[in-house]
Amino acid sequence: MSTISELLIIAIGSALVSNVVLSQFYGLCPFLGVSKQLKTAGGMGVAVIFVITLASLVSALIYGFLLKPFGLEYLKTIVFILVIAALVQFVEMFLKKNIPSLYRSLGVYLPLITTNCAVLGTALTNVQEEYNLLYAVVNGFATAAGFAISICILAGIREKMRYNNVPKAFQGMPIVLVTAGLMAIAFCGFSGLL
Amino acid sequence: MEKKESVFKPFINGLISENPTFVLMLGMCPTLAVTTSAINGLGMGLTTTVVLALSNVIISALRKVIPDRVRIPAFIVIIASFVTIVGQFLEAYLPALNSALGMFIPLIVVNCIILGRAEAFASKNGMFASLMDGLGMGLGFTVALTLIGCVREILGSFSVFGYSFREPLESAGMAPIAIFVMAPGAFFVLAALNALMSVIRDKQIKAGKQSKIKAGCGSDCASCGDDGCVHQFYDEKAGEKE
Repeated sequence: MSTISELLIIAIGSALVSNVVLSQFYGLCPFLGVSKQLKTAGGMGVAVIFVITLASLVSALIYGFLLKPFGLEYLKTIVFILVIAALVQFVEMFLKKNIPSLYRSLGVYLPLITTNCAVLGTALTNVQEEYNLLYAVVNGFATAAGFAISICILAGIREKMRYNNVPKAFQGMPIVLVTAGLMAIAFCGFSGLL
Repeated sequence: MEKKESVFKPFINGLISENPTFVLMLGMCPTLAVTTSAINGLGMGLTTTVVLALSNVIISALRKVIPDRVRIPAFIVIIASFVTIVGQFLEAYLPALNSALGMFIPLIVVNCIILGRAEAFASKNGMFASLMDGLGMGLGFTVALTLIGCVREILGSFSVFGYSFREPLESAGMAPIAIFVMAPGAFFVLAALNALMSVIRDKQIKAGKQSKIKAGCGSDCASCGDDGCVHQFYDEKAGEKE
């Protein structure tokens, strides 16, 4: 029972309270770059959930069974980034061959996720917090869900913003950053939740 | 390329005319996350400079050995090795800075600036020029981070580089704008800087001075925003070309 409530606290904490983009600043590049339309933002969000959950699982396994027993913890950055790059490539090939319909909707986003610092950041956070396998996967999923939520909200706002009369200097990226700042204020409100 | 150029040209280029933060808009994640104070910005900038300069030199030295098809993984391994070395060094000798920067030291690996410069400069140029490019770009990044850190620290906690001038201002009835050291403040400061850049760029276009900047983007989407590869990857495939 206490495990379930602990897991719930971790999940809400990573998805809403310390949101991965708006308060941790991981994965800003796709957050700002791929949020022009709700449809593409949703695709990116699902792809990120998929990859971060898998990467959390694999990196927790490698850290627990390979790096830690041999005292190689200091190699974690190198190993994790290679594992993530290989994993993304593998997932792409697997989807292409076996689930072509899913590949068509997620495929274009996958290569860009390797350089998304949210993936490496989550894998390293799991190690730093000393989560076990179950906790690591739940934390990974919740973090990625937080990313998906915030990128979808931003895309929704940007779709509406197209019809607004924005001052010339603020057109393009600056107004998006102001929007993200306002969203970050809104997400600060979740800090009383836990 | 046979023209005799000053060895310091790549250095000046990185520091001013192609400043990675203000002009190229690369590496936004650490820029926003660690600039809660000037000293953190400076520390992050210098750490990145060391990694960038060293990895540029090694990548440049190995540029004829690394096969073209596996160059990106090879670059990442080289960069990750230097990040690990620098991270160990900081942990041993500067533990305070290490804990302030936290997760963003290992995350230097995925900083778009480093992979971008490896791809755009070091893999095509000699070792000394690459070293200069790395130092220039790194110091440009450092200057930008320190500036943003100063702005946020002055507005948000009435101090700069740890020297507080809080008491005289507070006795005069002013309170620090705490939001600037919190997460939303980072977005607002960057938005203001970005708007300033676009005003300057507009003036340059009017004066006919605009030159196209060619940056190795290293799949960094924030740097191109609306008109880069994002279009090519997403909008056209979704069949919703505007």
